[in-house]
Amino acid sequence: MFPFFHRGRSLIARSFSSLRSDQFNVCVVGSGPAGFYTAEKVFTGMKAAKVDIIDRLPTPFGLVRSGVAPDHPETKIVVNQFSRVAGNERCSFFGNVSLGSHGVSLSELRQLYDVVVLAYGAESDRSLGVPGEDLGGVYSAREFVWWYNGHPDCKAMPIDLKSTDAAVVLGQGNVALDVARILLRPTAELAATDIADHALAALQESTIRKVYLVGRRGPAQAACTAKELREILGIKDLYVHIQESDLVKSQTDEMELENSRIRKRVFELFAKRAASHRSNAIKGQRELHFIFFRKPDRFLPSDSGLHVSGVRLEKTSLKENGESGRQVAVGTGQFDDLKCGMVLKSIGYKSVPVDGLPFDMHQGIVPNIRGRVVNGAPPEHAAVEHGLYVVGWLKRGPTGIIATNLYCAEETVESILEDEKKGLLISDSQKLGRQGLLQILENKGVNYVPFSGWQKIDSEEKLRGQLKGKPRDKITDWEELLRVANA
Amino acid sequence: MPLGYPVVLTLGHLVRLLLGYLVRMPLGHPFGLLLGYPIRLPLGYLVRPPLRHPSVAIDNMLGLDVPIDDKQLLNFEKFSNTQRGYYEGTLNNYLYYLRNRTLSTTSSDNAQEGSEQQTEKISVTFVDKDGEEKLIKVPVGMSMLEAAHENDIELEGACEGSIACSTCHVIVMDVNYYNKLEDPTDEENDMLDLAFGLTQTSRLGCQVIAKPELDGMRLALPAATRNFAVDGYIPKPH
Repeated sequence: MFPFFHRGRSLIARSFSSLRSDQFNVCVVGSGPAGFYTAEKVFTGMKAAKVDIIDRLPTPFGLVRSGVAPDHPETKIVVNQFSRVAGNERCSFFGNVSLGSHGVSLSELRQLYDVVVLAYGAESDRSLGVPGEDLGGVYSAREFVWWYNGHPDCKAMPIDLKSTDAAVVLGQGNVALDVARILLRPTAELAATDIADHALAALQESTIRKVYLVGRRGPAQAACTAKELREILGIKDLYVHIQESDLVKSQTDEMELENSRIRKRVFELFAKRAASHRSNAIKGQRELHFIFFRKPDRFLPSDSGLHVSGVRLEKTSLKENGESGRQVAVGTGQFDDLKCGMVLKSIGYKSVPVDGLPFDMHQGIVPNIRGRVVNGAPPEHAAVEHGLYVVGWLKRGPTGIIATNLYCAEETVESILEDEKKGLLISDSQKLGRQGLLQILENKGVNYVPFSGWQKIDSEEKLRGQLKGKPRDKITDWEELLRVANA
Repeated sequence: MPLGYPVVLTLGHLVRLLLGYLVRMPLGHPFGLLLGYPIRLPLGYLVRPPLRHPSVAIDNMLGLDVPIDDKQLLNFEKFSNTQRGYYEGTLNNYLYYLRNRTLSTTSSDNAQEGSEQQTEKISVTFVDKDGEEKLIKVPVGMSMLEAAHENDIELEGACEGSIACSTCHVIVMDVNYYNKLEDPTDEENDMLDLAFGLTQTSRLGCQVIAKPELDGMRLALPAATRNFAVDGYIPKPH
């Protein structure tokens, strides 16, 4: 009985909504994996929806372009699929359009579109909150990644790789392993990737020989994936040091490993490597040291007081957290200093709020129920912001792989489709959509970059790359990007 | 009766008996008339094993992945796209048995068709997240990812088969077929680590290459959303 009733109801709702479905306008803010997967799912779910994707950069694809390491070209193949989505006649890309007063504001977008999906990710960093964090030579891993990936905002970063032989990376996740690998990998290998020219030049002159990867917990809790770990352990002619005593497992560790296939495989890689390595590096050999059970206490200044010269680490031990069942690291009051001239903090990205958007400062996400933006703490006091949705890192925090966004987008689009069927997205006034956006951009004098503009940048970069024997030579300058796009 | 439970003689038994005599089959094989049929017929043919969603099935690996009987399963797979009646299933099962054991010329159109196509193409059934099935023919040598795309099956392939993502994750629904595959490489396992709804018979679709032994294989596409299992999935009866 119920299914028939339900079907009948949704049929009625559908026929109502189809009256205006030729006018359904969706705006996606952010053109990374979350944004493009959302657009793709909207196209399959709503036959007549139009999707406009805006991005503050002239180039699309978000972290696939500025996050994925240059020596992971396979991971970037996904842009083929995103380009097919962008090629859909119902899809338009507007690069060089930022969300806010300089471009288009959130409230303007909500007036123009039936649905606004925020997919702008996490463009800031968590901070440690320990003394000396603002010393010279202390960077977030995100900045370093943007720098070597040619993000136009980090082109001019004063990364100095020539005045020290040691770098400390705080964190042991995949981003930490990425930056460590870029620092340690033979530059001849990097030269054949799409790494930014300025970064390659700096790395070729780098004096850094030792990289320390510091984690608060042990090898059983390391946040990296087996693929990344296998890769860094496989770097040619690299001395890897893992303290064998760190590999002793507690009973709780054993249980944790038993419950997680990936943690177990990662641990096995550590154990195998620790058992096989020599006790000392050969002179001149590059070194990678895994430092477990240590947390940063403070950054030590150099004699000038301006630059970092080391990190004071506090030894930790693991304690079971009653609530989550996970083990957390607590300080033991024992300290040791690690000398270094550069620190990369790889402790997590952070999203940035915009005007008029509910934001959970503590978690660094937009409060939501299955992608529906809500005002107030879900679920009890949640007031749904009609027509406003969120997807990707802004929705669930800065974790996961590209594919995570596929499932994330599916959930958000499912919510959109449900709301549309229920008639929640019907407004009194006619939404102007693309037409209205173009009007606003014209009024504000914003020179947007369409997808064809990106394609010009793309061909230019590939052409320049060919001359240098690399897949692509990235244009890293704002002005130049816009010039090429508008050529 | 020494076994102490009633045996109902059905038309199926008679057909089997008759055919058995025709090809001089011994009746007294271990799972013969008395024991085997009352168990096998209802399980294999009368009631199709309920199709559980893979995410639910992780906890029920045994129910989904271990067939009651190898041969029976092969046959069940082979005709999975057709509406199987009680007799059809029984007959086909028997004919399959005949073809393989006695080289009898007795054969149905269905069976002949199957044997001819095995040289070039194999049958593979994809079961999507809603339990909908699609039977496709896959040329030997082609990966399941390519095959899915050629047949408009929604299987993502973000890295286009370069073992750099986990989006073409498929679940081999029968452990016997799973065992016929080459072991996954470290690289494939690294990606499977990250797959959603991982099961013990999970593979990357791009690494499963069609070969004759895989004819009749069934592949499930894993849960689409993280909350799928929580929502409560009710398997659709077919």
